[in-house]
Amino acid sequence: MKIEKKKYVQYTKDRSPKSNCFSDSVRAFWVGGSVCFIAQCFQDLYKLTDMKDETVKTLVPVTMIFIAIVLTGIGVFDNIASFGKAGVLVPITGFANAVVAPAIDTKAEGYVSGVGSKIFSIAGPVILFGVLSSAAYGVIYYLVTAVMK
Amino acid sequence: MSGLFKFNNGVFIASTGNAVGKKEHEGPLGSLFDIYSEDDRFGMDTWEHAEGESQKISLNMAMKKGNIRDSDIDLVFSGDLINQCTPSYLGLSGINVSKIGIYGACSTAALGMGLCGVMIDSGFCQKCAAVTSSHNLSAERQFRYPIEYGGLQTPTSQWTVTASAAYILQGGEGMARISEFLIGKVADGGVTDANNMGAAMAVAAFDTLWRYFEESGKKPGDFDKIITGDLGEQGYEILLELFSRHNVNLAPYLTDCGLLIYDRKEQKTNAGGSGCGCSAAVMSAHFLKEIEKGSLNNILFLGTGALLSQMSVAQGDSIPGIAHLVRIEGKK
Repeated sequence: MKIEKKKYVQYTKDRSPKSNCFSDSVRAFWVGGSVCFIAQCFQDLYKLTDMKDETVKTLVPVTMIFIAIVLTGIGVFDNIASFGKAGVLVPITGFANAVVAPAIDTKAEGYVSGVGSKIFSIAGPVILFGVLSSAAYGVIYYLVTAVMK
Repeated sequence: MSGLFKFNNGVFIASTGNAVGKKEHEGPLGSLFDIYSEDDRFGMDTWEHAEGESQKISLNMAMKKGNIRDSDIDLVFSGDLINQCTPSYLGLSGINVSKIGIYGACSTAALGMGLCGVMIDSGFCQKCAAVTSSHNLSAERQFRYPIEYGGLQTPTSQWTVTASAAYILQGGEGMARISEFLIGKVADGGVTDANNMGAAMAVAAFDTLWRYFEESGKKPGDFDKIITGDLGEQGYEILLELFSRHNVNLAPYLTDCGLLIYDRKEQKTNAGGSGCGCSAAVMSAHFLKEIEKGSLNNILFLGTGALLSQMSVAQGDSIPGIAHLVRIEGKK
């Protein structure tokens, strides 16, 4: 039997049910909004204390990361993500999950060769290209400000 | 060479045993399985060991049911999805038998049964066992993402089943007879989407089944059921379509283990179950019981495997499929 690969692949693509982009987006929008709302609540709460603004700005993401890590650790985060989709994956909560999940997974392979080498297996590209693009931005910023003077 | 083996000397399934995880136990066939693990760990520390242990449990169960000792078994073919078939060796290392590890992705159960048949029919072995397992969490770790990572799945993706099954085959007599075995050819439809394995496997299923009908001269209507494992919703529908384009209506006979093991809506398993333990356990717990009862008497069991690895997916290779077929008959 001969199958024309191009035609077959197109046929399988055409007949596959797609994720519902609109309803997924709506859901991600309000779930993501809720995550930001919670973060805002923490910020307002911290501002009630006599902490400096700088400290509050650091403490809010730390709190959100902590919550995401705990939820990952007790096995709830992936369920929330399958419901809230990009709404919880795009904010810093998703990043925390992407770091902790491989760490939990590879514990059985040891702390150095397991956790140590695999902890950034998902978040690694974000870190690498994040650092690279911020360096590039720094150079551009330097040149632009030098010309402006 | 045709590749169709006819076992004229008589190859029989003496006994079978199976073990599944919690989600499978909660599925529509849940009450039929021999043993289930409440936490999917089967009493072990890691998921790979858990999978190995599930193989040991199902083989022990099959030996117990058939009143067979490990010293009676000449050879075991065992397989799973994990690199180098590690769980197969981990789990069966404590059982004193000769062993060959096999890899056929989801086609492993049918492949193992067929190979046992070859060894017995040729007279080299008296009793052989085919053991198969897959574990959702060990497979998830190897093929997809870390278990707790919130990565999302598409509607065409399949859920790897946590299950294991063992069959002990012998000459002479048994609960069911294996009369034919057709080894599949690698078929590549060009599908590269690892979340649509059903589409990748359907071409292989078609190839093997079509060859079987051509070489044996039989028609779909000659069988009570044609059971694939595990095409899922996409693969099942594509296989029907491929046959209907050749003016053959397979719909009254075709059923798929991946569609039977879960309530797909309730249990959120998208296109259905997959993983070599799925067809192994569904055949062991469900269809062989039907054959014993007499409600089924002549079936084709078509194991379908998607031949992908993390490396091949990452390098953008297409996913070839393979399908092995065994014909199983009742006593009537």
